[in-house]
Amino acid sequence: MSFKLSYKPFGEQGILVEWPNQISESILEDVLGFKSKIGNVDVADIAEVRTAYQSLLILFHTPVNFQKKIEVLKNIYTSAENEEKRTSQLWRIPVCYDDCFALDLEHLSAVKNITKSEIMKRHTKVTYTVYFIGFLPGFLYLGGLDDTLSMPRKSTPRLAIEKGAVAIGGNQTGVYPSESPGGWNIIGQSPIPFFDKNLNPPCFTAPGDRIQFYAVNLKEFNDIKVLVDAGVYQIESEVTID
Amino acid sequence: MIKVLNSGLYSSIQDLGRYGFQEYGVPYSGAMDKQAMLFANTILANAEDSAVLEMTMLGAKLEFQCDTFICISGADMRAKLNGTRIPNYKMIAVKAADVLSFLSANGGIRTYLAVKGGFKTDVVMRSRSMYQGVTHNHVIQDGDLLAIEPQSNQSYPKNARLKINKDYFIQSQLGVFKGPEYDLLSEVQQHLLIDKPFIISKNNNRMAYQLEELIENTLEPIITTPVLPGSVQLTPSGKLIILMRDCQTTGGYPRVLQLKQESLNCLAQKYTGQLIKFSL
Repeated sequence: MSFKLSYKPFGEQGILVEWPNQISESILEDVLGFKSKIGNVDVADIAEVRTAYQSLLILFHTPVNFQKKIEVLKNIYTSAENEEKRTSQLWRIPVCYDDCFALDLEHLSAVKNITKSEIMKRHTKVTYTVYFIGFLPGFLYLGGLDDTLSMPRKSTPRLAIEKGAVAIGGNQTGVYPSESPGGWNIIGQSPIPFFDKNLNPPCFTAPGDRIQFYAVNLKEFNDIKVLVDAGVYQIESEVTID
Repeated sequence: MIKVLNSGLYSSIQDLGRYGFQEYGVPYSGAMDKQAMLFANTILANAEDSAVLEMTMLGAKLEFQCDTFICISGADMRAKLNGTRIPNYKMIAVKAADVLSFLSANGGIRTYLAVKGGFKTDVVMRSRSMYQGVTHNHVIQDGDLLAIEPQSNQSYPKNARLKINKDYFIQSQLGVFKGPEYDLLSEVQQHLLIDKPFIISKNNNRMAYQLEELIENTLEPIITTPVLPGSVQLTPSGKLIILMRDCQTTGGYPRVLQLKQESLNCLAQKYTGQLIKFSL
């Protein structure tokens, strides 16, 4: 806990804490560490704490005395108390890269001059880091895409991208958790639901977790889909301690 | 139950919103004009978070299947009960088989219908606020049956004495705070933002209100970061976007201003072509 942070009021009930202007795993660790310390200290009146790449937003139930609250937060950040080892999980997510789903894989392969099977290999080789969830309910911001697979968003977004579509947009990859308009390049389809309003929490994964994709063929995809729809599919995972 | 004979242009059940799920990317939702919603619930002596029907621009036509009390608030949609005009901001007894109809909105664009005890539609993630992908539907549909609790309206409950302040319907000044990126703006940009009136573009809905006038912008997009209803974003093309109740949880444009809570209610009643001004 040694970054130089800025603390700003955000509306009448929020305090925004910001780290240096970059995306890195060490900043993510620090953001999540600060969030968990705030959770362990009983700071009065906190309604919610949420995080993004290099920011943390604390919202209070009522308008706050910013100076006082910022002092309290600064002390929590610098104190060594309440620091604990965070555990995270590695989730193994099946993806079918079959042409019937991968609407833009052919194009990506042609533009990049990389074979489809090599794209698949590079996409599944990496262990991605979950930075935060935003944009849509259950949409994971993942870090770690192989630079050679980076591909600009389509200039004309599709009006509807299917739920479960695995896609690349710029230097990011992600899975659409629900049907949505979108400009990312679709390279596959996952049968796994990333957002379930009937579960609490509605997402199986959390910031700091890791995601690894693995390739399944169309038959395996359909078999998994049957289990998912029946509510009996267990996502493969292992616990890791950072 | 209330039967929806005609859903109107864009009508949805809303309460104070869905809290505690923003870290999973779930928007707050909730009534756009919470002030109007609170007035209606208070007049009926409802709990303040009782769900109401929010109607936009063109109202619904509804048939009651049980007795209850109602209160209408917000913009004037010239409500009629069985063909007879009824006033806003008053408790009104309705009987089974009564038909309540609304026309187009005057003086604002959002009208609220509260019923005694609140609407009892499905609770999803601790809220009844309708939102695409969270609740079954994001708007009510023709033929829907909306659950309410029957209330005996034989004896009239005591009417709450309430001073209704509707000044915010005609007000064009929106009270704001500096947003997290305000200080990155040049002095010229800050002056343009605060001193100039803006026209509301036709792109205005429960997610966001866009403004017509552009502000010359030299700021780069920022690393994706939390946003709130009321955040005023400045896009690379110089467009200003004011986020509303259904906005995403994160965004990548500089947040130059943040509306005060009461200004969000005020803006929620504004429509295409109207002028607003930010007041810091």
